[in-house]
Amino acid sequence: MSRAALGRRFGAFALVLPLLAFLLVFFVWPLVTILSEAVSDPSVSRTLPRTVEAIRAWDRESLPSEEVGAALVEDLRESTDDQALGDVVRRLNSAKSGFRTLMARTRSAVEETAGPVDLVAVDRRWGDVAFWTAIANAASPYTDRNLLAAVDLERDAAGAIRRVPPSESANLTILTRTFAIAGSVTGLCILLGLPYAMLVASVSGWMRSALLAAVLLPLWTSILVRTAAWYILLQDQGLVNDALRAVGIGAFPLIFNRAGVVIAMTHVLLPFMVLPIYSVLLSIPRNLMPAAASLGANPVRAFLRVLLPLTLRGVASGALLVFMSAIGYYITPALIGGPRDQMISLVIAFYATGTANWGMAAALGIVLLVITLALYAVYGRLSATGTARI
Amino acid sequence: MWTLARIVFGAAMVTFLIAPLIAILPLAFTSSVFLTYPMPGVSMRWFEVLATDAVWRRSIVNSLVIGGSTTVLATLLGSLAALGLREQFRFAGAFRTLFLLPMVVPAVVLGVGMQILFARIGLASSYMGVIAAHTVVAMPFVIVSVAASLAGIDRRVERAALSLGARPPTVLFRVTVPLAMPGILSGAVLAFATSLDEVVLTLFVAGPNQRTLARQMFSTIRENISPAIAAAAFLFIVGTVIVAALMLLARRRSSRPAASGT
Repeated sequence: MSRAALGRRFGAFALVLPLLAFLLVFFVWPLVTILSEAVSDPSVSRTLPRTVEAIRAWDRESLPSEEVGAALVEDLRESTDDQALGDVVRRLNSAKSGFRTLMARTRSAVEETAGPVDLVAVDRRWGDVAFWTAIANAASPYTDRNLLAAVDLERDAAGAIRRVPPSESANLTILTRTFAIAGSVTGLCILLGLPYAMLVASVSGWMRSALLAAVLLPLWTSILVRTAAWYILLQDQGLVNDALRAVGIGAFPLIFNRAGVVIAMTHVLLPFMVLPIYSVLLSIPRNLMPAAASLGANPVRAFLRVLLPLTLRGVASGALLVFMSAIGYYITPALIGGPRDQMISLVIAFYATGTANWGMAAALGIVLLVITLALYAVYGRLSATGTARI
Repeated sequence: MWTLARIVFGAAMVTFLIAPLIAILPLAFTSSVFLTYPMPGVSMRWFEVLATDAVWRRSIVNSLVIGGSTTVLATLLGSLAALGLREQFRFAGAFRTLFLLPMVVPAVVLGVGMQILFARIGLASSYMGVIAAHTVVAMPFVIVSVAASLAGIDRRVERAALSLGARPPTVLFRVTVPLAMPGILSGAVLAFATSLDEVVLTLFVAGPNQRTLARQMFSTIRENISPAIAAAAFLFIVGTVIVAALMLLARRRSSRPAASGT
């Protein structure tokens, strides 16, 4: 390689470097943080280090040895950080209820004396293997329980993976609902977008410009403005219901329910369906349909056998784009939907800001991220085989 | 019959796409406290609220400050990277994918990650944090726009400048950047628009002091819907139309061949 070429490559890399560094800090690092937050479970191992060390040799069947109890007493005596201890109690209580009172009683007993403490005498529950099992299970600084819980799975006492009881399972319902809403929006976008793109491609001159502008103007408009507009149109005293009343059909509840969410999301995402199909249609030679006709195909047959198959690539990439955006939607369901139309993004936000359950928020986030990236990979493959995009 | 069906379908679709944007506009001038038709009277009271109410005013100023900073940062980083990506070097493809990925990653996921991370590194509820977050999602638009513009440059022009004795930095600033300027400018406009419209990341990383106009609109729709929304939406739509017109004008001017042989 010549020195000039080498220098040019080095220069090119130097130009990319600032953005690369920026994204490593503000894009890659947050995603790594999410990943580690979902699997990390440090409270017990950090606050009760001696207990964790001692309980490792335990057989999980008989009561643990004296040393384990002594280690726990020492850990509790050494621990000065009330908040960290609170985390431990919360963590253990979520695995086995009763830890809250048990730990409070044990702690005051430990603080009263300086010597060894008979734990079973302090509280009979220390004679129950289940409580020690909870500590042993929480001993590792890493856990898969958030990721399992994100898809409604859990480990039983023996460590085998099983489905959580239906009364506690909520996340699969949310995921199914997210897919159902995204699927209806995608279907509706195909139903409206495919004929519209064909209409745009079939006219020319100012008609085409006007029809294209009708797609592009909403695309350029703030998503909040569009959502606010739908809020105004769909409310019970809104224009849509006024019109329905005026023609004698009567009012429908359209806001804070599924219908409103699907209508508003279809409006927001429709351009992402129309534009890919339109660009594929433009690349189809215009003489194909006359050729099919000249070979004896009637218009319907020519459409079904010639134009539609050629258009499918655009439909597929449009559908992937719409579905991929739809499953991560937050704003529209939050503002237009009711409690039964909340999608996975809202649940993630609820865990993060509502209950500060970061592990759960992160685990659900990873589920959403993996699904989105998988769809994007398919989309990338699809558009790479067709015309080059972006 | 077929023609009639096409006209009806086309008209219905254009109505569906455009009507919501038009329906909200008059409500910006309502004199009522409700966002419903018919309007009892016409007034400017909701624009006055935007201009005088402390929360709305603050949010507008915040949007301009954060949007402006995001535009500068995203345009600078994105344009440099787009210039670098013209060369084929090792991992160039991987970099390109990485740079476009912020468009794909769901905002809530990125938002939660940023919230946890920013709390740890001391950027929570700070202007710097919000600007960095907005820059991450605004930058891909700059890359796409500048890359498209660079792809249209005849590289022989740059080689000619080099052969005439110009040093590479001179070629970059006197030849390449001016030729790519339409792309850089439209990238900057898109970056500003992205920042202006960003809600989800802002929800997670901004404190009450960094509340932006979009964030304020979001909570107003959610908590106490008022026609101030329509007034803010009016400003957004008018701004969009003006910017779209300017971009169209810039494109028309740049695509016109140079008048004289300069």
